[in-house]
Amino acid sequence: MQAVFGAVDWGFIIDQSLNEGFDINAIVYALAAIGLNVHFGYAGLLNFGQVGFVAMGAYGMGLAVTLWGANPFLAVLVGVLFAVVFALLLGIPTLRLRADYLAIVTIAAAEIVRLIARSTAMRNITRGAEGLNEFIGPFRELNPFDPSQIYGLGPFQWRGNSFFVIIVGWTLIALFLWLVWQLMRSPWGRVVKAIREDEDAARALGKSAYWYKMQALILGGVIGGFAGMILALGNATVQPDYYVAPLTFFFWLVLILGGVGRVWSPVVGSILFWISITFVQNLGRQLVDNGIISTSIMDSTQIDQIRYWVVGIALALLMVYRPQGIFGSREEMALDAH
Amino acid sequence: MPTDLSTLPQEPGVAKPDPILVVDDMRKRFGGIVAVDVDHLEVQRGIVTALIGPNGAGKTTFFNVLTGFDRPDSGHAEFDGQSIDNASPHKLAKRGMVRTFQLTKSLTKLPVIENMKLGATHQRGENFARALVTPMWRAQEAEIEKRGEVLLDRFNLAHMRDEYAGSLSGGQRKLLEMSRALMADPRLVMLDEPMAGVNPALKQSLLNHVRGLKDEGISVVFVEHDMDVVQGISDWVVVMALGAIIAEGPPDAIAQNELVIDAYLGAHHDEPLDLEEAEVWLPDDNGEEE
Repeated sequence: MQAVFGAVDWGFIIDQSLNEGFDINAIVYALAAIGLNVHFGYAGLLNFGQVGFVAMGAYGMGLAVTLWGANPFLAVLVGVLFAVVFALLLGIPTLRLRADYLAIVTIAAAEIVRLIARSTAMRNITRGAEGLNEFIGPFRELNPFDPSQIYGLGPFQWRGNSFFVIIVGWTLIALFLWLVWQLMRSPWGRVVKAIREDEDAARALGKSAYWYKMQALILGGVIGGFAGMILALGNATVQPDYYVAPLTFFFWLVLILGGVGRVWSPVVGSILFWISITFVQNLGRQLVDNGIISTSIMDSTQIDQIRYWVVGIALALLMVYRPQGIFGSREEMALDAH
Repeated sequence: MPTDLSTLPQEPGVAKPDPILVVDDMRKRFGGIVAVDVDHLEVQRGIVTALIGPNGAGKTTFFNVLTGFDRPDSGHAEFDGQSIDNASPHKLAKRGMVRTFQLTKSLTKLPVIENMKLGATHQRGENFARALVTPMWRAQEAEIEKRGEVLLDRFNLAHMRDEYAGSLSGGQRKLLEMSRALMADPRLVMLDEPMAGVNPALKQSLLNHVRGLKDEGISVVFVEHDMDVVQGISDWVVVMALGAIIAEGPPDAIAQNELVIDAYLGAHHDEPLDLEEAEVWLPDDNGEEE
């Protein structure tokens, strides 16, 4: 064992993994999954197009700057507005129908957003496949940290620009976690959870299922929109081809990993997802680079795929032994079986 | 207080002294089947009215149409003197007309007490913005909780207060649904087969609860199959067959009504009814169906 793993730099791998667990990507996934948790975990809305909300938030904010020269706060507001409009577009035709209609519409609508954004016809507005690259300036001016400096402690160190976005991102996560927690312990949350269980029962007791589902769709969508804005700020770009359908399923993965319908689960799910995927990737790379795994078995270009295998297997095992996720309640799950 | 209806003529669509619900010319078809075909019906305030009829008579569809869960093809209905045409279910519930379902709709993943609290209407904390500020709704929430506890006690569910509703037995779910409906402070309660699938012992207790509603001044309409149940509990019986009202009257008179025995019990015991027989019972409309 010692001989085999002796060449592996464990300190580096662990530092990298922990860092990634709290970096921009983890924040983006956590926010998107918090939104999904509002949709599915509490209101029972099957949204398979969360990436569409993320894209709407990113494009709304970016376009507000590139097209109209909006100031950062107005730009964020436009990002929110884009997400709200997207929610209304999806919700108005589908929320009176059975749950599966929303699922179908969302998955298609998210792709439509991406395809419109990257289309050549829209080149004057969205810059097509090139994406938006000139909106970051006004946001950087707000940055109180020195871009050339490194901030943070231990494995959690970032350069000034990233550090600023990460601070803002985690603040947003805290804010939305509080929002979800507060709402779900209020009578509003009770109505939403009742609708998840049985819409007709809620209607018979005087609650407008349609209106509450619409509110939940908007709320979760806006949180998804903030995920897009953090992503855009972190990468200083909005690339249409980042917002592909599979991304939605990674948000789902993060949510299910943590446990559906629990306040903390999207955040813990996202942190664990990014730590484990980075760990496997770095370990794999070192094993290949040091010749411990022979290139006849695997070369370094294949590690990206292998890491998803490992995470996939881990998730499958989780579903077998702990189907409710990390935070979920088994008792509650058993009630489904009747 | 019970109004004496014994002097009323026992004929379909008879006018009541103080109706809480009035239905006119209500029709609902599913393809070629006429599910509801009611010319006129009045439901008296403050009494228990039973709606009976053989399987497929259209009772539940009639219920659904009245409570906004289904749209009639045509027709008009008034609740407490105000039109309820095209009203959505949640608006009707807020106006004091609450229903239960044949297949109970307990919210299984909510605790029993949360089920109860959900039933209260006009909650301040059900508004998104106000929900964010706990002091806006805390006092009302406590008051609602107290009301829920009192009702749970009355319906013998107090010991299940904090259990998931999903862990209740079938009969307890019926009790929960009935008590939850009362949280809305209804003037009219519509119970869809409250006794279905309930064991005999609990049936008696349910019957007592239904009578209890009447004592509180709540008007009750309930759907039922079992004539014996109807005898014991209702003040007035409305009989449906093939979507139409074929008879009305006090329970003992209905039990002897020739038409009812034919439609209800006869169809049950002898042979399935055919179209010619149906035409005899329903002289007005059904004869001209294509």
